[in-house]
Amino acid sequence: MSGTWHFILAPGFFANHEVVNALWVSTAIAIVSGLVGVFVIVRGQSFAGHALTDLGATGASGAVMLGANVWYGFLSFGLLAGAGMEGLGSRIRNRDVATGLVLSFAMGLGALFLYIDTQQANATVSMLVLFGSVFVFNPALTPLVIAVGMAALVLLAILYRPLLLSSVSPTLAEARGVPVRWVSMLFMFVMAAAVEDGALVLGALLSTALLIGPAATAVRLTARPGRALVWSAAVAVIATWAGIVCSYDSYYWPPYGRGWPVSFFIAVFVLLFYLAARFVPERSRAVERPSLQQEVKVP
Amino acid sequence: MDVIGQPVLQLHQISVRYGDRRILEDIDVDVFPGEFIGLIGPNGAGKTTLLRVILGMLAPSTGQVTLAGKPTRHGSQQIGYVPQKIHLEPDTPLRGRDLVGLGIDGHRWGMPLPNRSRRQKIDEALCAVNATRFADAPVGRLSGGEQQRLLIAQALLSDPKVMLLDEPLSNLDIRSAYEVVHLVSEVAKSRGIAVMMVAHDMNPLLPVMDKVVYIANGKAVTGRVEDVIRSEVLSTLYGYEVEVLRVRNRIIVVGGEGGEYGLLEPSDRSRCAGEEVAAP
Repeated sequence: MSGTWHFILAPGFFANHEVVNALWVSTAIAIVSGLVGVFVIVRGQSFAGHALTDLGATGASGAVMLGANVWYGFLSFGLLAGAGMEGLGSRIRNRDVATGLVLSFAMGLGALFLYIDTQQANATVSMLVLFGSVFVFNPALTPLVIAVGMAALVLLAILYRPLLLSSVSPTLAEARGVPVRWVSMLFMFVMAAAVEDGALVLGALLSTALLIGPAATAVRLTARPGRALVWSAAVAVIATWAGIVCSYDSYYWPPYGRGWPVSFFIAVFVLLFYLAARFVPERSRAVERPSLQQEVKVP
Repeated sequence: MDVIGQPVLQLHQISVRYGDRRILEDIDVDVFPGEFIGLIGPNGAGKTTLLRVILGMLAPSTGQVTLAGKPTRHGSQQIGYVPQKIHLEPDTPLRGRDLVGLGIDGHRWGMPLPNRSRRQKIDEALCAVNATRFADAPVGRLSGGEQQRLLIAQALLSDPKVMLLDEPLSNLDIRSAYEVVHLVSEVAKSRGIAVMMVAHDMNPLLPVMDKVVYIANGKAVTGRVEDVIRSEVLSTLYGYEVEVLRVRNRIIVVGGEGGEYGLLEPSDRSRCAGEEVAAP
């Protein structure tokens, strides 16, 4: 019995302070990403989510250069980028070239910051920004990171109905008196908080995996908005836990004594969940729909 | 239909100008309870602008809109609005009944709390538009006509006095278009709701339309179809010669489309007019 248990969970898992802290933070982050992700899918904004973390990475590497924690850089640049993208709104929405240029310039700046970081400090910093690692996360920041995530969820709950309505039809929402631009601006902040928190666990490159993956899985499983939120949060949490456990265990895998990155495992589990959901027959979604009776004569 | 009592919606001398450009000029329309009004005109004539004025989303340069005697207010529950179309991915987790439920409280902050009276209202609206069959299907997988029914149900839920529909037929095949028109007319008449339906092609509206508001050149003529849709009336409105043809119970306005055709050379004009006749 204890042999099997040890096979799943390498010894010392819960005794390790970093691991327990990592579990707490990443569970909170997974829930936030999972819930916010459903709305990202409803609104078709996954590209914006990507752009937010790309720009966040520049902020994070800049923060390291200034000797601050990466999280401050992620969050400040994420919120700024969100405000910028939404503020410019339709002026950049269909401008592929402009968006591409701005993004690549920001990434270029990030490359410079990372280069300076690795010269000044150590080479692991760039790994930390791009691929994350929740094990080396400063526990003093835990309450702040969780508070930002919770604030995002409270805001999301307040926006819930107007956000759905303006996702379905901005014109209809506007006609009903919803301040559509404010709603999408505030949602941009919610999304920024979610992906930049997620970047701590998964790094800038993979943070959107936790935002989009669980939500994409959930919408394959149910057509109800409430259930999709529950499914998405559950998938995000389970993938994260499984990722942390595997990463901890991998210390005993070849090459011995190094451990594989958490972000790799989480990305794998998210993908597995999504693929599994694709094979679920569309039971809850399939609807019997006899053709409409033709009671109207076309002259 | 017989018109009783006071107009429920009144457009008085509405003008909209952007700088020197006149979009709408001196539009006067009286809408009575239960009336079905078609708002017809070529693209870019200002039909949607007029709807935005009625909805309070755009302040007119001059004039006033009154609803039951009082000036209209942006976001008023007494005006039901049906948008042109919705874009949702097939996997969007939103069922027909969720969309219809947004008609009750979609503009309110916070999450909806399920309760029996809310559910009953939604069921009743779904039934009224004959959408019960696909009420639990994901909205993104429904056809354009089915989505239109849900949008109409959504508009009914605030118990409006007037329902505005912005080109609800533009993405539908002819049969669905006739169905939607028939449905709107039935539901609205049974509830005494006045309907204003924007349409590019007036033919599907002919069986139910009480009054037509024909907009072109920023101006409008209002009245019964047989009084308004006539060559001399529309020619005056457009400012150049157009011809109204009645073919097999359909009406075709030749040369009236898109205004600019009238400025083309005669040979070009006949080519454009020929294309137009092919339209339903």
